[in-house]
Amino acid sequence: MSVTGTLATTERVLRQLRRDRRTLALVFLVAPLLLALLKAMFDGEPAVFDRIGAPLIGTFPLIMMFVITSIAMLRERTSGTLERLMSLPLAKLDLLLGYALAFAVLAALQGSITGAVGFGLLGVSAAGAAWAVILLAIANALLGMALGLFLSAFASSEFQAVQFLPAFLLPQILLSGLVVPRGRLPHWLGLVADVLPVSYAYDALARVTAGADGTRLWADAAVVVGAIVLALVLGATTLRRRTP
Amino acid sequence: MDGARATIEVRDLVVRRGGRLVLPGISLSVGTGRVTGLLGPSGSGKTTLLRAIVGVQVVESGDLRVLGEPAGTPALRERVAYVTQSPSVYRDLTVAENLRYFARVVGAPAERIEEAAGVVGLGSQLRQVAGTLSGGELGRASLAAALLARPALLVLDEPTVGVDPILRRDLWQTFHRLAAAGATLVVSSHVMDEAARCDEILLMRGGRVIAAGTPHELLRRTGTAQLEDAFVALAEET
Repeated sequence: MSVTGTLATTERVLRQLRRDRRTLALVFLVAPLLLALLKAMFDGEPAVFDRIGAPLIGTFPLIMMFVITSIAMLRERTSGTLERLMSLPLAKLDLLLGYALAFAVLAALQGSITGAVGFGLLGVSAAGAAWAVILLAIANALLGMALGLFLSAFASSEFQAVQFLPAFLLPQILLSGLVVPRGRLPHWLGLVADVLPVSYAYDALARVTAGADGTRLWADAAVVVGAIVLALVLGATTLRRRTP
Repeated sequence: MDGARATIEVRDLVVRRGGRLVLPGISLSVGTGRVTGLLGPSGSGKTTLLRAIVGVQVVESGDLRVLGEPAGTPALRERVAYVTQSPSVYRDLTVAENLRYFARVVGAPAERIEEAAGVVGLGSQLRQVAGTLSGGELGRASLAAALLARPALLVLDEPTVGVDPILRRDLWQTFHRLAAAGATLVVSSHVMDEAARCDEILLMRGGRVIAAGTPHELLRRTGTAQLEDAFVALAEET
């Protein structure tokens, strides 16, 4: 492992993103616009928007980074650049951490922009600190990245990779408590939700929103970090130096 | 060939790809500081053999030593460079950005970037986005990335496809210059007229080496004037 390899990869990924202006515009603008849409939708029921506003700011990066990472890794595989990198003295962890760092930067920007629009213009409120929402947004982005990285190994085309969003991520978001509080789910669905990482990401965001106590918040955040590490390790096993 | 001086030693290598027995037990050796041409029709197992030498191919059995170590050993990643047949560079980055990234990964100093681009004739296109290069230029950008580390062994899969005759001549001069400086090069091609430019030729057919030697030796052995005819004669012998 080397810091140079990690940072070189981070810089390279950021350069690639910077060249794709339209993608960047979409990453930074879509989330605030969706938040504004929800604000307008729940104009008659402000209590609903108060409950989901802050958690949504933290959830958008999860979705975006999942899709971007799936496609980026698939491109690395199909363009032969991954095969080249695997034949070079670059540790697999350097590649993964390089990507993680680049997407953390992107997530921090996206979370800050969405947070500024949400808290500043749309009247999103959280009893807890706004920076805690942004931090959780970054953690969510890394979770999305790690899951996308792992799942991209099972896609052989971009069409398949995009389908993994409704197949793997959407059910997790639906069950997380964002739509229906988890306590009101049927018992068996509640049990399923309890083993899904996005549930803990939502819980942490909901606790910040409600201004709940620290210990449970840290526990939820720790589960999210654990899920990121687990998905990254699983992702690393899908990077093979030798292929058939 | 002098065994102690061989950079690559392959003994009874068996490789299966997609259920097909591509290399049914190939043996060969490649001398140090020479340009060895791997010639043969497409489907003869050239790419599979090159992938095995570089250590990215899952092999079934056999012995394969590169620079004295088993192929694919981590330490070899710093001494062996591989250029795949389809260019493997980031198309959304410029040539310079691609080379800067690969230079940092292999720990090569920044001065080598311009040098490597110059060698492949892309010195004036460093700031061009790779995706806008022509097919031949893209292949050369991929080759430049492999030159950055100054590898002891350079493995090139069909590096001159889509390259015009003048540049092709220049590239072959570069290959020989690198070999003269001590590097070993293995270059695959299915074009027989390139065989004449190699120090040593390995003729492959059906996953086996059917003949090995200098171009001159192969012509003399078959009593032919053209390597194309020599290949036909050798193929009919087997």
